[in-house]
Amino acid sequence: MNTPVKTFPRPSSLKVVPGTESAQAAYPYTIQFGPGDDERFWFYNSMHFPEPMSAFDMVTAEAAYCALGSANTRVHCLPTTLGIDHRIINGRVYIGGNAVTDPAEIARRTGEFQKRAFYYYENWERLYDQWREKMLTLIRDSQALPKPELPEFEPLEHVHAGRGVAMNHYLLDTYQKTIEGYFRMWHHHFEFLLLGYGAYLTFFAFCKKAFPEITDQTIARMVAGIEAEIFRPDDELRRLARRAVELGVDAGFQEGVKADDIIRTLEQSGAAGQAWLKELATSRDPWFNINVGDGFYHYHRSWNDDLTMPFAGLPEYIRRVKAGESLARPVDKLQAERRQLIEDYRELLNTDEERAAYDQMIKLAHRVFPYVEGHKFYCEHWYTNLFFNKIREFGTLLASHGFFADTEDVFQLSHYELEMAIIDLMTSWSNGSAPRGPALWPRIVAERRAALVEWAKHDTPPALGPVPDVIDDPAIVMLWGITRESLNTWLSAGANEGDNNEVRGFAASSGVVEGRACIVKSVEEIARLRKGDILVCQITNPTWAPVFQKIAAAVSDIGGSMSHAAIVAREYGLPAVVGTGNATSRIKDGQMIRVDGGRGIVTILQ
Amino acid sequence: MTSTEVIGWFADIGLDDRPHVGGKGGSLGELQRAGIAVPPGFVVKTGAFERFITNLEREFPVRSRIEALQPDALEEVKACCDEVRAKVEAATLPPDVLAEISAAHANLGASTVAVRSSATTEDAVDASFAGLQDTYLWVTNLQHVLDKVRSCWASLYSLESVTYRRRKGLPEAGVAMAVVVQKMVNARTAGVMFTRSPLTGDRSVIAIEGAWGLGSAVVGGEVTPDRWVVGKITGEISVREISDKHIQHLPASGGGIEDVPVAAEQRRAPCLSDAELQALRAIARKVERHYGRPQDIEWAVERDTNAILLLQSRPETVWSAKEASPVARAAADPLSHVMSIFGGQK
Repeated sequence: MNTPVKTFPRPSSLKVVPGTESAQAAYPYTIQFGPGDDERFWFYNSMHFPEPMSAFDMVTAEAAYCALGSANTRVHCLPTTLGIDHRIINGRVYIGGNAVTDPAEIARRTGEFQKRAFYYYENWERLYDQWREKMLTLIRDSQALPKPELPEFEPLEHVHAGRGVAMNHYLLDTYQKTIEGYFRMWHHHFEFLLLGYGAYLTFFAFCKKAFPEITDQTIARMVAGIEAEIFRPDDELRRLARRAVELGVDAGFQEGVKADDIIRTLEQSGAAGQAWLKELATSRDPWFNINVGDGFYHYHRSWNDDLTMPFAGLPEYIRRVKAGESLARPVDKLQAERRQLIEDYRELLNTDEERAAYDQMIKLAHRVFPYVEGHKFYCEHWYTNLFFNKIREFGTLLASHGFFADTEDVFQLSHYELEMAIIDLMTSWSNGSAPRGPALWPRIVAERRAALVEWAKHDTPPALGPVPDVIDDPAIVMLWGITRESLNTWLSAGANEGDNNEVRGFAASSGVVEGRACIVKSVEEIARLRKGDILVCQITNPTWAPVFQKIAAAVSDIGGSMSHAAIVAREYGLPAVVGTGNATSRIKDGQMIRVDGGRGIVTILQ
Repeated sequence: MTSTEVIGWFADIGLDDRPHVGGKGGSLGELQRAGIAVPPGFVVKTGAFERFITNLEREFPVRSRIEALQPDALEEVKACCDEVRAKVEAATLPPDVLAEISAAHANLGASTVAVRSSATTEDAVDASFAGLQDTYLWVTNLQHVLDKVRSCWASLYSLESVTYRRRKGLPEAGVAMAVVVQKMVNARTAGVMFTRSPLTGDRSVIAIEGAWGLGSAVVGGEVTPDRWVVGKITGEISVREISDKHIQHLPASGGGIEDVPVAAEQRRAPCLSDAELQALRAIARKVERHYGRPQDIEWAVERDTNAILLLQSRPETVWSAKEASPVARAAADPLSHVMSIFGGQK
């Protein structure tokens, strides 16, 4: 066996794909690779950003790392780590931790940490209740922002009311509030996150030590909540299926009929149809504010934006209701199973001393976990969905003024450039001349779209720079699962990648299943799934739950064993391998594959 | 079917009876008491051996001869052992012992039986010399049963066993052997399982190994068994290694067993279904709970009924012997546990 070389390519050896230089230059100077970066270790954040990032979408990395770093470095003062730096090349986001290694500094930070983090642990429930209120306020504020519009003349009532500030100013006002809200949301996101994961990981590490062969999923099952927010969207669908049957309007829900057509039929089918649509509206706000991805890309639309996904699950749920199934999640049974699981593992421990430590750790893990599970609905789904849709409104406005052809083109501008374009439009509206943007942006948009397509064709190294001897950064270990061992695997990969018929990822939900792979790259394609297929997609998350009832297993490019996909797959008892990085490109549609969800291995059989 | 000083039926015996029924016999009785299915059978107790040896010593003093041996006089020891073993194997049984074993064999009503030595010694090293490997499978009639019982007894006088006892200076008076006679299981699949991981000592998993046919092929290492690791609590099957099982042990037509090639389509087929793995898991948990410690178990799946039977269960020794410091201790401030993650104390 060869000793793996202890280094990945240096950042400076990674070249921008020829012809895409100007698209690369669109990213802020702060996140271009530069001097000094060769001496540091970086890894490709394929978990959160598995595809090349459009210029606008980079705002998520910027806002998220700014907030993560504040929490770690300044707010909770994690002893051994500061924040995380990020860089981008060819649309790929690389990140690197900032470890604290000086023992004296670690000791100083430990003192601060215990004053801060321990206060959070001690007051977790109160602070989390308060957090939820803060998030709902933030969401309400975002919803209250006006739609950006520019009428030919200032509305008369504004003039008569003596408002004194013209409509164009409110474009900037709304835009800046939108961006500010997004950056603020990410602070909320990280307020508890590392502390929550840390408490969970404390219990996790104990279990791995006490039971070296325990699977990640089993530990997750001991801790995961039964009535977490992530189950609500699917619960709502089940409720809607039940109501459709009760109201006698279920006949319209047939496989292959478009959501819009179903709704139109219901609108015309009298009081019962109206009643069901009212139920739908109740479910939609807020529970359909859930993205079909992890929320990090503007094109991860929500159920509310596109009813295809939720409606795809209704016919099967309706069939089951009519067959007499209750569809309600057996909450009491799941609670009892969880209690039993915890008790059974407790019994296997060697001594009462160990049992006492186990009790302490799982108690804390249970207290923190509602946040770990719940925050995503508010942050990555609900708020992010509002955010991208608000930007879309600016896209529509700018497109209507000829800045580019299509609403979605707005996401090819960075958020700095977008502000310039908005000010361009404001200025042109105010002084009556034509905006300058229409002569500039269409070419740039086309260039950047082409660059994204080009970049997606190129693989990028999993990591860059010299490998540290130990990865002791709890944030990196917790959020990305990166350890010295996983780096060694990366280093020794590549050598036999060509003829390898295995695709590896996180073991998300155990079980072994063979079946036909169905590659689903967008929501529109889910109609192709046949019963017993193995879903192979870029991301799975709770929004995919409706189709989980007909597939045999799930494989995704991104996601960790604690991801929502993993939790939902376990709930459905489906084998799942997530975070493979490249399953959708390595596996071909229609191939027979074997999914071993307990080991995180997908084997291509033919 | 009452038990006596000579015969102990499984239903009547348990671990506490080990001085008279040996480890294997005691374990089988204990399992049956715990409600675990084992092939029906009885133990020819040490009382039978005592009567036999007393009878034999009238014409041929065994114990005094052995005790007179110098352990280093290898030639002499060997010659003596050979002679004693030949005598033991040829000697007639006392009439009452013969009558009781014959009656018990008839009562068992099995056309074929397994005859297995069941050592009474607590000394693991000695036990391994004293006929641990003496298991006679597929024994077809009473005469053969009686021969095999004597063969088990004779194994007490193997060169290794006697040398060991002489080195330790153990008295021969306490040396005795019980013998298990039980209905032969015509196994479709058989193997072993450990109620903790042999690799890591993890008590939350069960490692199961099995192959086609009788378990002797697995225990004797003549076939690479299929291997599974099953979550003890979750039932999750985390490892499945299906091997190429080229041969199997099957009953030979004239008694005993023979190596038979496995049909091509069976060789790489798993020898247990998932449902059977789960059934084994349930049995393993029950046995471990009964004994209160991890177990090393031999099992078989009966060919005609697919019933799972246990052939043996003994305490796991390798990991249990290791001194383990606690994984963690309770802390005065429960929050301080998180410093193991945040404090960089790796």
